[in-house]
Amino acid sequence: MKQEFNVISQIIQNNKRVLDIGCGDGTLMQYLKSNQQNDVRGLEPQKNLVQKCIAKGLSVIEGDAEKELVQFPNKSFDYAVLSQTLQAFLTPEEVLKQLLRIGKQTIVSIPNFGYWKVRLHLLFKGTMPITKNLPNEWYNTPNLHMCTIQDFVNFCNKKNIKINRSLCLTNEKISEITNKNMFYKNMLSQLGIFLIQ
Amino acid sequence: MNCERLKKTAKKGFFAQFSWAFFLFDMNKETKNIKKLIIDQSLELDCGKTIKDFPLAYETYGTLNKSKTNAILVFHALSGDQFVTNINPITKKKGWWTTAVGPGKAIDTDKFFVICVNVLGGCMGSIGPKEINPETNELFATTFPVITIKDMVKAQIYLLEHLGINKLLSVTGGSMGGMQVLQFASLYPDKTYSAIPIACSASHSAQNIALNELGRQAIMADPNWNKGNYFKTNLSPDKGLAVARMAAHITYLSDKGLQEKFGRKLQVKGNLKFSFDADFQIESYLRHQGSVFVDRFDANSYLYITRAMDYFDLTKQFNGNLANAFKKTKTKFCVISFSSDWLYPTKENKEIVIALNASGANVSFVEINSDKGHDSFLLDIPEFLKTLGEFINSNYKEFNNETRI
Repeated sequence: MKQEFNVISQIIQNNKRVLDIGCGDGTLMQYLKSNQQNDVRGLEPQKNLVQKCIAKGLSVIEGDAEKELVQFPNKSFDYAVLSQTLQAFLTPEEVLKQLLRIGKQTIVSIPNFGYWKVRLHLLFKGTMPITKNLPNEWYNTPNLHMCTIQDFVNFCNKKNIKINRSLCLTNEKISEITNKNMFYKNMLSQLGIFLIQ
Repeated sequence: MNCERLKKTAKKGFFAQFSWAFFLFDMNKETKNIKKLIIDQSLELDCGKTIKDFPLAYETYGTLNKSKTNAILVFHALSGDQFVTNINPITKKKGWWTTAVGPGKAIDTDKFFVICVNVLGGCMGSIGPKEINPETNELFATTFPVITIKDMVKAQIYLLEHLGINKLLSVTGGSMGGMQVLQFASLYPDKTYSAIPIACSASHSAQNIALNELGRQAIMADPNWNKGNYFKTNLSPDKGLAVARMAAHITYLSDKGLQEKFGRKLQVKGNLKFSFDADFQIESYLRHQGSVFVDRFDANSYLYITRAMDYFDLTKQFNGNLANAFKKTKTKFCVISFSSDWLYPTKENKEIVIALNASGANVSFVEINSDKGHDSFLLDIPEFLKTLGEFINSNYKEFNNETRI
């Protein structure tokens, strides 16, 4: 399991209800279900991945988060998880609003566009950055709304979204983001992981 | 309920029926050797009438394990019967769901105990318009009470009690079978570990009611129908029933599927005949579908069963809130739809998923890509069968673990 999922699963307490949006092949779901006794549901737009999840005994619905989240009742999950997908939505603000409504807490991870390699790529090469976390060309990337860790924190502050925890990942290393180290973390981290409500 | 009160019929039912049937109408002679259970109780129907001491015909496949955790109840659709797989002993043709049920299949009969009951109102041995009313010693015909999906489901509980099964591993079925799945899961949330409604709807749409009405009118317009009393004249409304089946059959396919399979291909190569014979292959295909159907199906049954489908409205049963149908259910659901099904489109299947989510139920959903229309659930579509099989297998493991604890 990738390090990001380790971090997310550590944030999630045992025996809680979790909704994994864009759950892929269900790796995180399966871990949470078998190791932490979480009651996990998933939403995934790709049919073949939904079928993989069902084969593993995971409860997953085929569907697009931008249309499907409205059907879930308020605070029906302890955690709503959105891993590296926020930037791919047409209306990320609307999706985030839904997540905050459905989950008592929400875990969002974002690929950090402020990472130094991304910055240097644009600065020196003058072309859109391609990195391990952002492997696509500008013309075929699913990412419509890239942001930096700083951007996301600013957004939460502006919208009165409470940030309970903020973590970042650099080459598999986990660390906490604080007000003091924000400038560096925003430059040195590949991924930001936030627990918000 | 005490199981001993239920009498299995083998001989008594057979002779009793045979004597009536012999003098009145020998249409029932074919169904005499099939498994039947006489339900020695009264069942109050939705219409207000009560039926009692009635036969339920059923078939089982595979073996029930010791812990009774491997039983799957399959519900058949409008034109189906209890003969899910192997060779149907009455029609001598393959069972209607041999693609999905059998040794090594998605619903593996080497592993699971599969039960299927001929629905109330059916014509394969369960009580229906083709059976004899013991009070009058005549066939019920149109004096048979109008039944509902709920009645069908309630009747099947007696068989489960007879077989000593407290909790099924799964209930599944497509089309009208799916409606029974939903009704069962709503009525008896503790009687099944999982439920797989396939290509169905929680309430019959106006379009589907319209199509059923077309079929019924075709039957009733046949002079042989004789207000349902065709057994008295020994002339059956074959033409009406065949037209009903032809019209219905079109709705089971899709525009693309029809175009690919038949296009404008002619029955006899060459020129059009400038007549009303079957010039096109699609015409002769439909005529064939109609004519083979009348050999195995009863016209009055068709009226009753389509009516039951039309009356099905689970949302209305719960005062307009479908989510309440599944309140606090622990049953695990897997809803499956097909992309080209326009009879029970994905949208209607998804409404079930939305209601299940709203009630906090455990639900999976997948739409299978297929251009074969509503019929897809009966066909060999690997993606579908794989999903079906894997869902059941994963539930089997969990159900066994739960039972052990």
